[in-house]
Amino acid sequence: MRNALLIAGKEIKSYFASPIAYLLMAAFGLIFGFTFYVSSRDFIRMGLQAQMMGQQQPMSVNDIIIRPLLGFAGTITLFLVPMITMRLIAEEKRTGTIELLLTSPIRDNEIIIGKWLGAMVLFLCVLGMSMINIAFIFIWGKPDVQPVLVAYLGLILQGGCLIAIGEFISTTTRNQIIAGGVTFFVCLFLYLMSYFTGTDTGVVSQVGNYLSIITHLENFSKGLLSMKDVLFYLSMIFLALFLTSRSMESLRWRA
Amino acid sequence: MIKVEGLTKRYARTVAVNNISFEVEKGQIVGFLGPNGAGKTTTMRILTCFLPPTEGKASVAGFDVQEHPMEVKRRIGYLPETPPVYPEMDVSGYLEFAGQIKGISSADIKKKVDEVVGRCALGDVRYKLIGKLSKGYRQRVGIAQAIIHNPPVLILDEPTSGLDPKQIIEIRDLLHELAGEHTIILSTHILSEVEHSCERVIIISSGKVVATDSVANLTNRLRGSEAVAVEIEAAGPHPNVSEAQQRLEQVQGVSRVVAKEQKDGRLRFEIESLQGRQIRAELARTVVNAGWNLSELSSVGLSLEEVFLQLTASEKVIQPEKTPEPTPEGSEK
Repeated sequence: MRNALLIAGKEIKSYFASPIAYLLMAAFGLIFGFTFYVSSRDFIRMGLQAQMMGQQQPMSVNDIIIRPLLGFAGTITLFLVPMITMRLIAEEKRTGTIELLLTSPIRDNEIIIGKWLGAMVLFLCVLGMSMINIAFIFIWGKPDVQPVLVAYLGLILQGGCLIAIGEFISTTTRNQIIAGGVTFFVCLFLYLMSYFTGTDTGVVSQVGNYLSIITHLENFSKGLLSMKDVLFYLSMIFLALFLTSRSMESLRWRA
Repeated sequence: MIKVEGLTKRYARTVAVNNISFEVEKGQIVGFLGPNGAGKTTTMRILTCFLPPTEGKASVAGFDVQEHPMEVKRRIGYLPETPPVYPEMDVSGYLEFAGQIKGISSADIKKKVDEVVGRCALGDVRYKLIGKLSKGYRQRVGIAQAIIHNPPVLILDEPTSGLDPKQIIEIRDLLHELAGEHTIILSTHILSEVEHSCERVIIISSGKVVATDSVANLTNRLRGSEAVAVEIEAAGPHPNVSEAQQRLEQVQGVSRVVAKEQKDGRLRFEIESLQGRQIRAELARTVVNAGWNLSELSSVGLSLEEVFLQLTASEKVIQPEKTPEPTPEGSEK
């Protein structure tokens, strides 16, 4: 475990020593801030309209602003994760530093988990940028806290899952561009799967729908914490990290 | 300390290392010599548990590389061909990281980094980013990384490649310093390197060991014949080169006379004897009898370079003495 933390620490330092961390945080902050602006503007407009029509029923900030916003954040992560994970192992392979890691007395799994943790920390920092906007809602409104927390948990789990997949793909090549590109398409595919299958009820469609990474996020962003979805993400993370460790081992045989 | 038996590494289309065996005693510096692509790096990677062998066994300090990789890795310091450094880290940060993943506790790490920074003369660049360092410094950072946990065995893949002569001498000195307490294997394709730093040499070519011996023995063994440089000076008229050459060739026991440069009326020849013949006395007499002055008569040792070329060109020269079974002539690429 100490070794995994050492690797994670090194990864975090590397991310923040290069522009990539700041770039991702800034980009995400901007996009999220912009959507926040648009949705809160609409919310105020709708509120004024409702008042003029004489409706007394209060509108829910959670339903109208936070839920779609965090759901949208889930979509943005599809684009962010490849940029976080593409260098994880591909870069070590290209520069030869993988030889230092693989000839040091640490286990492959410690390397894999350490790198996953390091990428997760960056992901959390990026995701954390959204809290600036969410904080405004809490200052001027009274949204429910619990659904927000559940939505964030969902985003973190989905991020962890995509990062694990990205890490696996990063072990298969020494070219960062390929690692990033393939990860992006895999993420996109997992996301689109729910579109392909949404209207169909056949078994294949149901399986596809279940595997689609975004359908599980929907419940979270509604504020529903179900064990089924948590388990889905956890098992996907485990599966992807397991594949990563297999791939690392085959690296030795092929290298 | 290091024992390799029948090690083979096969790839889909090529055999990188073909059934090699050797042993290295504790405290020795052994040079691993061979042309590019001979299998040096592959062998080192197997020893450091980076690659698994296809066949055969290798053990370090009594631990098998396949059965107890962790124990082996703990006892090895490894400098790969390109120093495994992270350009975005500074030297001390990198060494702390490398030391800690090699098992140094966080309480000791500062002290160990200080020690190794001093030893590898990295004080000036300690807080610089590795990406900004010159190749020589990077190489030294790579060596620092290999020795930081004070491993009993050091495996260095071309430690002096890409360095300038001054840096090469510094690295050599460092290796000599380390030699007593560490067992060192270093690979190189530069021969003078081996002559300077190593006690023993293992020459491999096309994935096979073609010779293992002490550096001195190896040169001697191939030097069954004697090579002599002769410089003559004409007392009177300038001697004719071809005439002089002819005369020298007629001396008993001479196998070959090569005319070298001539200047100010001095002629220089390099003369090789037949196997096991002493020719110097006879040469001197011939020269003097011909009425020339003998201004130099010295023995020319065969440099390791020539030994190396001979060995890797025709493996048969030395093979029968060392290993009983002759190797097939057509070797794998």
